[in-house]
Amino acid sequence: MTDSKYFTTTKKGEIFELKAELNSDKKEKKKEAVKKVIASMTVGKDVSALFPDVVNCMQTDNLELKKLVYLYLMNYAKSQPDMAIMAVNTFVKDCEDLNPLIRALAVRTMGCIRVDKITEYLCEPLRKCLKDEDPYVRKTAAVCVAKLHDINAQLVEDQGFLDTLKDLISDSNPMVVANAVAALSEIAESHPNSNLLDLNPQTINKLLTALNECTEWGQIFILDCLANYSPRDDRESQSICERVTPRLSHANSAVVLSAVKVLMKFMEMLPKDLDYYGTLLKKLAPPLVTLLSAEPELQYVALRNINLIVQRRPEILKHEMKVFFVKYNDPIYVKLEKLDIMIRLASQANIAQVLAELKEYATEVDVDFVRKAVRAIGRCAIKVEQSAERCVSTLLDLIQTKVNYVVQEAIVVIKDIFRKYPNKYESVIATLCEHLESLDEPEARAAMIWIVGEYAERIDNADELLESFLEGFHDESTQVQLQLLTAIVKLFLKKPTETQELVQQVLSLATQDSDNPDLRDRGYIYWRLLSTDPVAAKEVVLAEKPLISEETDLIEPTLLEELICHIGTLASVYHKPPSAFVEGSRGVQHKRLTSSAGSGESVESPDTGSAAVSEAPPAVIPSQGDLLGDLLNLDLTPPTSTGPPPAAAPGMQLGAMDLLGGGLDSLMGDESEPLGGDIGGSPAMGAGFGAPPAAMPASFNAPISGGLDDLFDLGGGGMTMGTYIPPKTVWLPAMKAKGLEISGTFVRRSGVIQMEMTLNNKAMSVMSDFAIQFNRNSFGLAPAGPLQILTPISPNQSIEAALPLSTVGPVMKMEPLNNLQVAVKNNIDVFYFSCQYPISMLFLEDGKMERQVFLATWKDIPNENESQFQIKDCHLNSDAASNKLQGSNIFTIAKRTVEGQDMLYQSMKLTNGIWVLAELRVQAGNPNYTISLKCRAPEVSQCVFQNYETVLKN
Amino acid sequence: MIHSLFLINHAGDIFLEKHWKSVISRSVCDYFFEAKEKAVEPENVPPVLQTPHHYLISIYRDKLFFLSVVQTEVPPLFVIEFLHRVADTIQDYFGECSESLINDNVVTVYELLEEMLDNGFPLATESNVLKEMIRPPTILRSVVNTLTGSSNVGDKLPSGQLSSIPWRRAGVKYTNNEAYFDVIEEIDAIVDKSGTTVFAEIQGVIEASVRLTGMPDLSMTFMNPSLLDDVSFHPCVRFKRWESERALSFIPPDGNFTLMNYHVSSQNLVTIPVYVKQNICFFETGPCGRLDITIGPKQTMGKTVEALMVTIHMPKAVLSANLTATQGNYSYDLATKVLVWDIGKLNPQKLPNLRGSLSLQSGAPKPEDNPSLNIDLKIQQVAISGLKVSRLEMNGEKYKPFKGVKYLTKAGNFQVRT
Repeated sequence: MTDSKYFTTTKKGEIFELKAELNSDKKEKKKEAVKKVIASMTVGKDVSALFPDVVNCMQTDNLELKKLVYLYLMNYAKSQPDMAIMAVNTFVKDCEDLNPLIRALAVRTMGCIRVDKITEYLCEPLRKCLKDEDPYVRKTAAVCVAKLHDINAQLVEDQGFLDTLKDLISDSNPMVVANAVAALSEIAESHPNSNLLDLNPQTINKLLTALNECTEWGQIFILDCLANYSPRDDRESQSICERVTPRLSHANSAVVLSAVKVLMKFMEMLPKDLDYYGTLLKKLAPPLVTLLSAEPELQYVALRNINLIVQRRPEILKHEMKVFFVKYNDPIYVKLEKLDIMIRLASQANIAQVLAELKEYATEVDVDFVRKAVRAIGRCAIKVEQSAERCVSTLLDLIQTKVNYVVQEAIVVIKDIFRKYPNKYESVIATLCEHLESLDEPEARAAMIWIVGEYAERIDNADELLESFLEGFHDESTQVQLQLLTAIVKLFLKKPTETQELVQQVLSLATQDSDNPDLRDRGYIYWRLLSTDPVAAKEVVLAEKPLISEETDLIEPTLLEELICHIGTLASVYHKPPSAFVEGSRGVQHKRLTSSAGSGESVESPDTGSAAVSEAPPAVIPSQGDLLGDLLNLDLTPPTSTGPPPAAAPGMQLGAMDLLGGGLDSLMGDESEPLGGDIGGSPAMGAGFGAPPAAMPASFNAPISGGLDDLFDLGGGGMTMGTYIPPKTVWLPAMKAKGLEISGTFVRRSGVIQMEMTLNNKAMSVMSDFAIQFNRNSFGLAPAGPLQILTPISPNQSIEAALPLSTVGPVMKMEPLNNLQVAVKNNIDVFYFSCQYPISMLFLEDGKMERQVFLATWKDIPNENESQFQIKDCHLNSDAASNKLQGSNIFTIAKRTVEGQDMLYQSMKLTNGIWVLAELRVQAGNPNYTISLKCRAPEVSQCVFQNYETVLKN
Repeated sequence: MIHSLFLINHAGDIFLEKHWKSVISRSVCDYFFEAKEKAVEPENVPPVLQTPHHYLISIYRDKLFFLSVVQTEVPPLFVIEFLHRVADTIQDYFGECSESLINDNVVTVYELLEEMLDNGFPLATESNVLKEMIRPPTILRSVVNTLTGSSNVGDKLPSGQLSSIPWRRAGVKYTNNEAYFDVIEEIDAIVDKSGTTVFAEIQGVIEASVRLTGMPDLSMTFMNPSLLDDVSFHPCVRFKRWESERALSFIPPDGNFTLMNYHVSSQNLVTIPVYVKQNICFFETGPCGRLDITIGPKQTMGKTVEALMVTIHMPKAVLSANLTATQGNYSYDLATKVLVWDIGKLNPQKLPNLRGSLSLQSGAPKPEDNPSLNIDLKIQQVAISGLKVSRLEMNGEKYKPFKGVKYLTKAGNFQVRT
């Protein structure tokens, strides 16, 4: 007797026959009929037409029949809401039944019926069941609150069910506690700020007690909830860790991983010299290793998480390399993950073993895996210097196999090895060149071209090789085209005599025959560089490149910290912050690790991304060296004492950026070549060179106005009298910031200083969660509020943002005085740049001095504080100059004419109360002005002079 | 939490669906089918897939896909563990987990699923508890049910479910009281072509079959518990006792269950019971190759190696194999390119050997990859790690039970590279 008989049909028509059976008088027949209906339902057949007949069977003493009808109801009530009402009475009656099983079943089923009319009737029975004497009913009712919340959140709040649910956390039965926690966690997900799970030491204690006694699933819920708690001090942290550690030995891998999450997070609080800290580290390794002997699906999730753990605390698994060795029958998704972790764990101690394994993998069948294995060999070479030579020879062996995709992968990684160890392995270039023809993948072609260009002086026939690529230039992918362009320019700079024709050919191909803006722009840059200043061109193009970092694909530290707090979740599988992919409306709390090294702020403040800006802790920052560390603090991550501070990289970026940004700007900006039109037409170019005065839409988040607006402003710019607004310049080029380009300027409007920025997303992925912070600076400039970028920026979109500034921030003298160092954070990384603001931003509107006071002050300031400057090529008369300067809050107090020379006496007041007095001498017919500045703080004079110059000349 | 479950067969047909919240159209599975198409082999379908509005988390077991749909952030391991539990339960109820058996018992499966999850939260997943609520079908019961009209759904609250020992039901009675334990160890190893062990570890498990009356309290001690690198226990085991005394102390569930899993790895030397001498090569000239494999005993702790079997996944170009085996039979499956050599018992005096020639597709290039050998074997009455149970005691009940411990060593993932 099997259920397959329920699927057989007769000619009469199934529905008709079932209807008859359902209305039969015989109980047994009825039950069989309901079973048939359920069977049809499970395979997706529509049996909703039988609704009234099935519901009629509900009034029965037979529990099985009742359950079956309930199953049916849950599926179809939604489609027949009016009929579903018929069932309410029975539900309400069942909720009063003597048998707790039936009470629980009724309240459970009622919650599954997603019909508004029924939910109204649910409230009273649910309230009773939440206080039922039987824990089985209470625990079922707890889940029912979550169901009801999903259907009608308002109702749940109005009826006070949330408070009742919170009370259940203190229930005497651990299963009830676990379900209450689970229900609250689910509800909290749609109410990020509701503080539903108000964790305090008392509740934590209750949870920890329940943890030992509830089911495995309950343990997962409780552990995940515990992970949100921030212990008050290291002792509390330790005691929680001690009570959670036994969960590492649970047979359920989800319990194990959730326990690992709690421990990884709370460990941060423990002092590293504590014995217990070491013990805990040792305890973490074996359960992680054991996860790898589970089913492949479990292994996959475990491996994705181990990948995070290894990045955060490599010491845990450093001796366990062998468990990550790949077996040939592992599923491909497990193989690839294992490989990733092997590279992360590779060190001088185990590199021989790892290389032997990788070489083995490179001869396997699966193409994806083989490719990754070859790539891994390259990464080992870069990571472990001692092994580089062996890696290179292994790669050469692999190239000899002549397997096409192996050769291509090998060439790509050899390029990286060249970047890491320049001038060391060039002897292999000859071998590489032999395989030139077989390369058909863009990445491999680009890599090979890069190698040829970079070492053009050592390759005799470099020009021939590159020329051969040039033939099919337009059929190549952009990547190859760009690389080819650069390589030929490099070649030209190295061997100018023989390759002039070649370089002209490629420049014209790139600029005239291509409609790819990136390629064209790069072509133009090279062209102009080469035509105006070949020396500068050489400096730029053949500049010494920074060595590539050892770990190429490390997760950015703040993201890693957030992910560590989310171990075991989908976020940890995708290595993306939860906010990046959890369905839109649901708010997500950003979690951060709190470490013991923090300055006593043990209470974690759940920040919601935009609020990431706060006052940096007041402390004297003595030198430039600590500055970066300070900037790193901005995202509220207290420095941790383990792991190398990632300060070195941003430092390099700052330097490199200045070189490129500044250098190119001045090179390009001075020229007015006929290219102007072209520049205007390509928005990227326009923004990049800051040529057109920026449009200033004051509205936040206005979409970029585009080329037309820019042109408009070109004409209108001169008319506006008032504050001089410098054009936007690129502060942060996209290549330094993973695709984020920031250009901006400063404005002062009716006493408010604003930093106006255009954020341009040139990356492939959406950017969000922007926040900004300044380093302390000369005049205490600081954001007056958070950076208002409310919507994520999608690729190729740009957004205007205006950030009001205050001048009450911490002060530190900068060089130059008006230098401002800025950190911008988004979901991808934290980026640093510096920019200079015109000092006139700081001139107050009430900066006009009384004549008498002026005279007295002028005399009072010692003469050594006076400085004189020349402003050349200024063709304004004194009145026009005076007007113009007034727009920037430089006030003319008096004017005197002596021997055809106009003397303007002017004053201005800085936000920090410093007065600057000026005497401007303008001689009719002479374009050169002389200016004398007197100030009690003579350091500002240089800046003020520069400001005069820019205001007068624009 | 878990929103919906779809059961999908090997061919890609959905044959059962269950929703715990609102109904999700089965078209959501299209994303899965796409990934399945891409993965070629069903084993290679990634277990976590992202779709625009849902996440699909799946497992592949017994040629069936268990695909769950989730909408919010849930721990994926929790979902995967649960899916395996569903498969275990089906196997436990019906003897095996197959499409035809599920279809034969579709209503029971549906009722089970309803009991296992509520609103996506696990409700009852312990086999003991489930069996009290929904009785597994037996021929006898279905006959009785038809005659008397009684049902196979329990109408009492399962007793164990809310006690502090949810895994055991109250009032268990047996006439023969027995407690049997199987210590089963699997060797996972990779041996390279020169015979050196690249990696070896032992996965151990203690399976229990306990039929004892009342509420017995058992404790088990080992001769050498320090061997174990990592352990994970059934929830019934008292962790504190293990921490302090290295003894397993527990009130057992009724029936069959896994008491403990353990892991012995690099810290302790893992013995490899057999050695393999092999030579598989393909000639540069002509479409053929040679194969020569000999297997001999290495460290077998004085026991016989049984059920010895070698499986080789040959390169695609290999058309046929013309081999002679001194012992056992070999077969070569042309479609899957798998060569299986079933040896049986290993006789140390006369080592089994398989040799001969392989013929390749003419014109095909010499295969790049060298096939790995997969070894299967069994050794009775020994746990290769050396683990031994020293005592098994029972408290709390007066009767004297039959007790027994058996040992078995198997090859798990035992690979020899060539």
